[in-house]
Amino acid sequence: MIGLINYGMGNLHSVAKALEKAGGRVEPVDDADRLKDYDRIVLPGVGAFRDCIGALQETGMDVALKESIDSGKPFLGICLGMQVLMDVSCEFGSYRGLGLIPGAVKPFPEQHPERGFKIPHMGWNDVVLSSEKQPHPVLAPLAGNQVYYVHSYCCMPQNPDHLLGVCSYGDYPFAAAIGRDNMVAVQFHPEKSQRAGLALLEAFLQWHP
Amino acid sequence: MLSKRIIPCLDVAHGRVVKGVQFVDIIDAGDPVEAAIKYDEQGADELTFLDIRASHESRDTLYHMVTEVAEHVFMPLTVGGGVKALEDIENLLHAGADKVSINTAAIFTPELVKHAAERFGSSTIVVAVDAKRVDEHWECFTHGGRKPTGINAVDWAKRMSDYGAGEILLTSMDADGTQNGYDIPLTCAVSDAVTANVVASGGVGTLEHLAAGLQEGKADAVLAASIFHFGTFTIHEAKSYLAAQGIPVRL
Repeated sequence: MIGLINYGMGNLHSVAKALEKAGGRVEPVDDADRLKDYDRIVLPGVGAFRDCIGALQETGMDVALKESIDSGKPFLGICLGMQVLMDVSCEFGSYRGLGLIPGAVKPFPEQHPERGFKIPHMGWNDVVLSSEKQPHPVLAPLAGNQVYYVHSYCCMPQNPDHLLGVCSYGDYPFAAAIGRDNMVAVQFHPEKSQRAGLALLEAFLQWHP
Repeated sequence: MLSKRIIPCLDVAHGRVVKGVQFVDIIDAGDPVEAAIKYDEQGADELTFLDIRASHESRDTLYHMVTEVAEHVFMPLTVGGGVKALEDIENLLHAGADKVSINTAAIFTPELVKHAAERFGSSTIVVAVDAKRVDEHWECFTHGGRKPTGINAVDWAKRMSDYGAGEILLTSMDADGTQNGYDIPLTCAVSDAVTANVVASGGVGTLEHLAAGLQEGKADAVLAASIFHFGTFTIHEAKSYLAAQGIPVRL
């Protein structure tokens, strides 16, 4: 059973339906004490960083999530659910994240509307998987497909080993996917990326890190 | 590279897909879930649903329809029509919409857009601008193109973008339903003025019109209804044509 963390924001329903379509059994989890009952954990996200991390801390879900990840359960973070893994974000001030992946969350650089560089970065774009190592098993089905992004901030992981895939907006490259050990997290929305997204979710359900 | 988006639009009334010419002569064009599945299979990048007969009584029908569509297709859904308050936006997002389009209510209460963007994020808030040429400029119209407002459409789009709207759904009332092409000068003027994404709408009859909206109009996405509904072109045919013109699209 997949535990889909519910912190009162975000598109829980869409993510749940997509995971079911990919063959999973899903339950929303809002009680931190129950997180340990699930085999796999998904942290979705739409909204602002401070509201998300605030809600996770208030419910004790931040601690429960770290414990579950430390215990080796496969974890998938989506969009804001990826960004909160970092140390710190500068969206609407400076806020500490979960600190599971070293690095910061920063906005896209100065906007250039005249070059078609609009904010938010919204639409279908690439995921270029790191070429030096084997593609991550959860991301491998994406090869050659575009996926759907909606975001104004991006993750800057300090350790290049944590960078699993890259996308470029205009001429600015950013982290499309990050992870380590039993954690994988993506900036785009697999639940909105049609077949490519469902293929990623299927791969996540079959992943045994 | 970021692809230009091709968005089929489904005008709905009482839970059915309809299509009118210049906002009158409404004809029935089918079941929304079936239409959504068809466009999903053809490779549409997003879907937009506009409830053109939005009334208090029909809200539950709309929410139910959005939920059902969201259970069948896994792509971004924009829903608009009759959105008046933060609560309407919340209900639509909860039903399964990814973006909510605000039109008339933004004119009467511009702060609604600011509050909505703060609460739900810019990427979920679309402001629909219905513009008609009046003398040497374009003016905003409300109530499905029936009521003039005296507001300059380009200035208005910029203000809404500054208020946090992530996208401007720009419809030319002059072009809509004519199949003579987008109003390119209008589209270009708005694209140049705002930092938000611009979706060109109204008037598509040929694939050349789509290309013109993206290239000359500088739109980030193009929206069309009739040419896709009535099977004149499939989404895939449209994308193949655009790709051949050197426009980045997702094939």
